[in-house]
Amino acid sequence: MKSIRNFSIIAHIDHGKSTLADRMIQRSGVIEARSFKDQILDTMDIERERGITIKSQAITLPYRSRDGKEYSLNLIDTPGHVDFSYEVSRSLTSCEGVLLLIDAVQGVQAQTVANLYMAMEHDLEIIPVINKIDLPAADVERVMEQIDSELGLDPYSALTCSAKEGTGVDEIMEAIVQRIPPPKGDPEAPLAAVIFDAQYDPFRGTIIHCRIVEGTVQGGDVVRLIHTGTVHKVEEVGHFILPRRKDASLSAGDVGYIIAGIKTVSDVQIGDTITSDRRPCAKPLPGFKESKPVVFASIYPIASDDYEELAVALEKYKLNDASFVYQKDSSVALGQGFRCGFLGLLHLEIVQERLEREYDLSIILSVPSVRYRFTLTDGTVLFVDNPAHYPDAVSIARSEEPYIRASMMFPERYTGAVMKLCKEKRGENSHLSYPSPGRIELVIEMPLADVIYDFYDRLKSVTQGYGSFDYDIIDYRESSLALLDILVNGERVDALSQIVFRGSARERGLRTCERLKEEIPRQMFKIAIQGAIGGEIISRTTISPFRKDVTAKCYGGDITRKRKLLEKQKKGKKRMKMVGSVAIPQSAFVAVLKSENT
Amino acid sequence: MMPGLYIHIPFCLTKCAYCDFYSVTQTEKIPPFIESLTREMDLYRGVFDSFDTLYLGGGTPSLLETGQTGAILDALRRTFTFADDTEVTCEANPGDLSRETARALRAAGINRITIGVQSFDDGTLAFLGRRHDAAGAVEAIENARQAGFANVGLDLIYGIPGQDLASWRETLREALSLAPEHLSCYQLTLEPSTPLGLQYRRGEVVLPGEDSLYEFFFQTSETLEGAGYVHYEVSNFARGDEWMSRHNRKYWNHTPYLGLGPAAHSFSGVRRWWNHRSLDRYIAEAGRGIPPIAETEILTGEQLLLEALYLGLRTREGIDLEAFARRHGLDLPDERGALLRILQDEGLVTIREGRLRPTRSGLAVSDSLPLL
Repeated sequence: MKSIRNFSIIAHIDHGKSTLADRMIQRSGVIEARSFKDQILDTMDIERERGITIKSQAITLPYRSRDGKEYSLNLIDTPGHVDFSYEVSRSLTSCEGVLLLIDAVQGVQAQTVANLYMAMEHDLEIIPVINKIDLPAADVERVMEQIDSELGLDPYSALTCSAKEGTGVDEIMEAIVQRIPPPKGDPEAPLAAVIFDAQYDPFRGTIIHCRIVEGTVQGGDVVRLIHTGTVHKVEEVGHFILPRRKDASLSAGDVGYIIAGIKTVSDVQIGDTITSDRRPCAKPLPGFKESKPVVFASIYPIASDDYEELAVALEKYKLNDASFVYQKDSSVALGQGFRCGFLGLLHLEIVQERLEREYDLSIILSVPSVRYRFTLTDGTVLFVDNPAHYPDAVSIARSEEPYIRASMMFPERYTGAVMKLCKEKRGENSHLSYPSPGRIELVIEMPLADVIYDFYDRLKSVTQGYGSFDYDIIDYRESSLALLDILVNGERVDALSQIVFRGSARERGLRTCERLKEEIPRQMFKIAIQGAIGGEIISRTTISPFRKDVTAKCYGGDITRKRKLLEKQKKGKKRMKMVGSVAIPQSAFVAVLKSENT
Repeated sequence: MMPGLYIHIPFCLTKCAYCDFYSVTQTEKIPPFIESLTREMDLYRGVFDSFDTLYLGGGTPSLLETGQTGAILDALRRTFTFADDTEVTCEANPGDLSRETARALRAAGINRITIGVQSFDDGTLAFLGRRHDAAGAVEAIENARQAGFANVGLDLIYGIPGQDLASWRETLREALSLAPEHLSCYQLTLEPSTPLGLQYRRGEVVLPGEDSLYEFFFQTSETLEGAGYVHYEVSNFARGDEWMSRHNRKYWNHTPYLGLGPAAHSFSGVRRWWNHRSLDRYIAEAGRGIPPIAETEILTGEQLLLEALYLGLRTREGIDLEAFARRHGLDLPDERGALLRILQDEGLVTIREGRLRPTRSGLAVSDSLPLL
């Protein structure tokens, strides 16, 4: 155990986390240079493109330190978005220390601080690392000052490196050995391991990624997942020596994997405790939270023929994403589809993008919704997350919506802008504090519906990226709600229906209409777009028809050319959804979800 | 209906800034071209035998010497059979149409002449890179009349950078005063490979906007129909049904046609093929008796349907719904009823006496109509 170090790299986006990880992997020699690919831990295209890590990853780096001893450095890579903050916290639970990476040009940024606080919450050893010192604009001294004044850390504890050029990487590896404490724990104690991730392998089923806190586990053991309440026989355990190496056992302090014949990742829960069935630990490890979807939306194939394919794709996708849930749904305008639950809007976007990319499907998403609670006049309590199931208005005795407690941290100069945004989002019971000079912590209660809409994007925008954000769902509160319908040439498009706070219904209706106007191409006839509550039209826009669209010449040589163009246009139209006679492009459905500022 | 025959004469003295029809300025290659053309005719002897239209297009067919035109026509008559009342059209540049040339063409058997006037405004003509002026155009038309042409067509262009509606109306007025049997009024189409297309991409010229193009189109139709012309296709007007271009209508109703010469297209009813867009290659291959075909496509039922739909909707006579259903297996009112009703309500099409026809506004958007 003395030779193990478990750590994570945390950083603001683009500060070089993946590049540093790549360098350390190369330095450890676990992967041959010729099979090396940049950003090796970000295995999905979407991760590489967006520069964010979505799934946690772990890798064991063998390292011989300057004193000649052999160490196993377990690097646990964590996702970087509020939708996945629970996964991040579980990953950090598995570490004893972190590298806090700071860009030498940009200095301390919002996520640097937010991540630092999270690491502090887990009592981790923090090693500040100033990256990109090779850049001409690098200002190491200024960053050192910020480490002192803004982070409250000892600036002399900071290391410098250029992950790009590979300088300083040895010092970092050495510091991990010297400064991050080895894990504690008793290999003889009853088994207690925390699951920080689970991945699906088509041949082996679920690969549990875990940190052994106490005890030992080996092949043949019978283990129990405490919160899930299931019992499994361990088939294989091992370490993350690229990509996996089977070992006899995992013991207290180890980070590794367990394969136990578990079919899908949905059969395990992140944060759950694995213990021995025969000799269980006294109580589960702390910090478990059931991961629950908070945002719901329906997914429809653009071509109704693709329904079966979509069903297969969702089933496959689900194998590797436990936090994604779905069930059958249907829409008058869009046909057969699925109602899905997500952790947040980013999660939703990721699912959408992966379905389109990895399964080559064209899909449409309905407007996302939270789960509302209605008490009917006869006393029935109804949870509704789908506008299609909005109860008859006269039968509603009480309507409620979920509220969250949000905590945000940002430099003092943005206080006015953030407060204004929160007020617009119906924030209440705000509480401001000053955890360090110049830095504000705002705790405020807000309706979840307004937060999922575009809050995080706008917070980042008003704080120029310095605002960090985290939230917990607290309770349901009474609210005046309405069902906003969108009509295109008089036909209701149910995928665009939204349950809204009555006070902002008109504005939301208008914004939706305007968004659609921007996205729906002009056609040969006038298109009326209306927002309606009950029978009342509350907003309206029209798309005027085009008047001239004809090729002047069409003789022998033009006929094939023209036909090919039409064939292409027809194909393009297949990617649009026909509502009555109006072709609505997929982008229109997406645009409605976006705020005007993004 | 009998097939039509098209001959592409790929020569021009100068290239116009907007034109992307295939042509070269190497007039010294005319004799070998005629030689190869004659060989190409032989390839279709017995494949196509009789025609009731012949169309000499280009390029600039009028720049051929009268003997050369005569030689082509003689060879055609030796190879194929032509109906007695065959419509024989020749495209002519006003600059070429001297009294003598006009007479010779008429004498060679040409009975329809279509003159590339383009505009009666000298500034506009210079901008387009034409080698004639407005006075020359008027003279050419008079020459054609004097030579005995009873069927004279004029080609005009609108929507030219810098051209306003007033100047276009002036051109139309001038054209009407010459009482042609046929008028083709084309909206300027920018082809990317032309000098004008390049200028446009570099932002050096600005085209009229959609609303203004609609005005050009609408006023053209209104003015000419007011003067007694039938707006029978998007860009074509005839002073009575008998003056419609019999040859061009074959393109629009899927009648077979044979095209000879480089870049010429042919259609058999299900197969379409086209020749190399290279004079040298054409001369070489056809000269050796090899079909100078660049590509062939066999149209699927679906493709034929789409073509019939879009071609039909470009013409005022529209689509015979019953015949269409019989031929293509699609009952439009049955299967596209809701949309057709909207288009009718919007005044874009009418359905009367079993025909689906575009209205004037419908013709203006007829590229979109077939997407229904």
